[in-house]
Amino acid sequence: MNIHEYQAKGLFKAAGIPVPEGRIALSVEEAVTAFEELGGGIVAVKAQVHVGGRGKAGGVKLARTADEVKEAAEAILGLDIKGHIVHRLWIEKGSDIKKEAYLSVILERSEKTISFIASAEGGMDIEEVADKTPEKILMFGSKDYSFPEEEAKKAAAELFGGEGAEGALEIMRKLFALYIDKDLQMAEINPLVLTGSGDVIALDGKITIDDNAMMRQADLEELRDMKEENPAELEAKEKGLAFIQLDGDIGCMVNGAGLAMATLDMINLYGGDPANFLDVGGSSNPEKVVNAFRLILAGGNVKAVLINIFGGITRCDDIAKGILKAFETMDIDVPVVVRLAGTNAKEGNELLVGSKLIPAATFSEAVQKTISLGKGEDA
Amino acid sequence: MSILIDENTKVIVQGITGRDGSFHAGQMIEYGTNVVGGVTPGKGGLHEHGKPVFNSVKEAVESTGANATVIYVPAKFAKGAVQEAIDADIPLIICITEGVPVNDMVSLYHQVKAKGLKLIGPNCPGLISPGKSKIGIMPGMICTPGKVGVISRSGTLTYEIVYALTNLGIGQSTCVGIGGDPIVGSNFRDILDEFDKDPETEAVVLIGEIGGDEEEKTAAYIQENISTPVFAYIVGASAPEGRTMGHAGAIVSGNVGTAATKQKAFRAAGVPVAKTLDEMAAMVAEKFGKA
Repeated sequence: MNIHEYQAKGLFKAAGIPVPEGRIALSVEEAVTAFEELGGGIVAVKAQVHVGGRGKAGGVKLARTADEVKEAAEAILGLDIKGHIVHRLWIEKGSDIKKEAYLSVILERSEKTISFIASAEGGMDIEEVADKTPEKILMFGSKDYSFPEEEAKKAAAELFGGEGAEGALEIMRKLFALYIDKDLQMAEINPLVLTGSGDVIALDGKITIDDNAMMRQADLEELRDMKEENPAELEAKEKGLAFIQLDGDIGCMVNGAGLAMATLDMINLYGGDPANFLDVGGSSNPEKVVNAFRLILAGGNVKAVLINIFGGITRCDDIAKGILKAFETMDIDVPVVVRLAGTNAKEGNELLVGSKLIPAATFSEAVQKTISLGKGEDA
Repeated sequence: MSILIDENTKVIVQGITGRDGSFHAGQMIEYGTNVVGGVTPGKGGLHEHGKPVFNSVKEAVESTGANATVIYVPAKFAKGAVQEAIDADIPLIICITEGVPVNDMVSLYHQVKAKGLKLIGPNCPGLISPGKSKIGIMPGMICTPGKVGVISRSGTLTYEIVYALTNLGIGQSTCVGIGGDPIVGSNFRDILDEFDKDPETEAVVLIGEIGGDEEEKTAAYIQENISTPVFAYIVGASAPEGRTMGHAGAIVSGNVGTAATKQKAFRAAGVPVAKTLDEMAAMVAEKFGKA
């Protein structure tokens, strides 16, 4: 789960990491009030959306007066940044920036460590720095949740060319503890800033929380911004389905994430365009099949549906019952192709005889049939 | 022959009195797996499927001489369950549980390596040596004993390829589902090493996935170290960037971990790459003269 910059800064602040003072604003009026509460001076008006590149998209503006804040807020609220509409602003006191650096803690998949990435090149896209000047990136990790003290000390000393080493080390220690305590998958400060007065502060913040850990981080659930989530995908999750909306017109319902991905690949391979990713999981509950149909057809864009099931623990006859139930309770007016293989496939296919469903013997035949029917051709 | 498990493997089931643990313990026993007991804290002394239940892994190992354990406990208890198995020095630990917080795996992974134990999973279907033993949730009836090794991150794709191979008359030595999480106990290279040591495994099919760089590393490793012929298939070519495709590990970020980079790496290492699973089965059949 991703959270907003201001929420990340809230977690930073609570963990003892210095951040600039700021206020959240949901309207132009609130933005002006926030400016006044902050005591005037220079402020940054920052769009709060779950996407990078806000600055370039016009989502971050500096303002010095109430009128300028008003103007900036009017310009940014409602702005579309890479498909994310701005509903929230973060109004933050301007900082006296002397130097910028980069700091993050991530899960390093390759070495299986919780790792720091640190660089004196702050404020830039770190992947670009890594690509062009890999020698400017320091990386070191922990295998057992203990803070990598020695390497962190060295890195802290290098970040601002010797200045602010103590502040930087303290932030590293606190960021690492926050990462572990809150089950994060990424915690990034870019830029980490050395101010004119020698303090080190987090000028930006980006946090991803491990979805698998939400079961023990219930208090972080309130940080979820429903406007940043796809309602269909959230609904799917509540019903035990993995669903991702895509742009095409071939709906699909598959058991297992791997087979669901392979189904999308094969739809593309045969010139079709999938409307969604949907993993019904290992359960044979007919209710799940009904819910899956609802999600697939909700977009209104779907011209044909492919159901691709390889029964292992899942029994194909249970899936067939679910499909028939869905046809009884819902108005399904697009062609639906069904391929059942594995456990009880024969029984499942027998149940479907005489229904509107179109059987297919193999995975590739099913994909080709669905695409043809989606185009209005005979399969 | 087979790798990792055979008819002599003595298995305990952690979470044997739970819904999934009990069901799959029954399935394993029915398949012929030598299940010697189970563990559920607080339920020691009971029996499940006629097998003794113990309060701790340590007790279970002492009483039964188990040399493998399979874990079906809920995600929030998975870390503790794997830790208990590590502390009891069980040489083969299989964690089926899905949804394990990824940070939980960091220390477990390194402990297993340091002790020289083997961990498969989490979030995996387990493994099967057809006709000998199955540990996990794979459906036994689609497998046939034979000479092709199977390694995959995904359960259903393992079933698909096994089914396609069996239909072409090609049996399997062992099928291993390594799991779809960002950190899994054994990677493709670990399992390839086992297959390479097995004189009767004559070819290996490998089903990779988008995300991370494990497939790229595996390709280079095969070129240097593996003499058994390997065939590869990568799923997820059509996945959009930045979206996790079901498996927590299956995510393309920037140029890292795309299907194209992985396919290219395998081809560069001399590993044939199939566009579909059927094509991969056909490639293997051709090698064995069964096309």
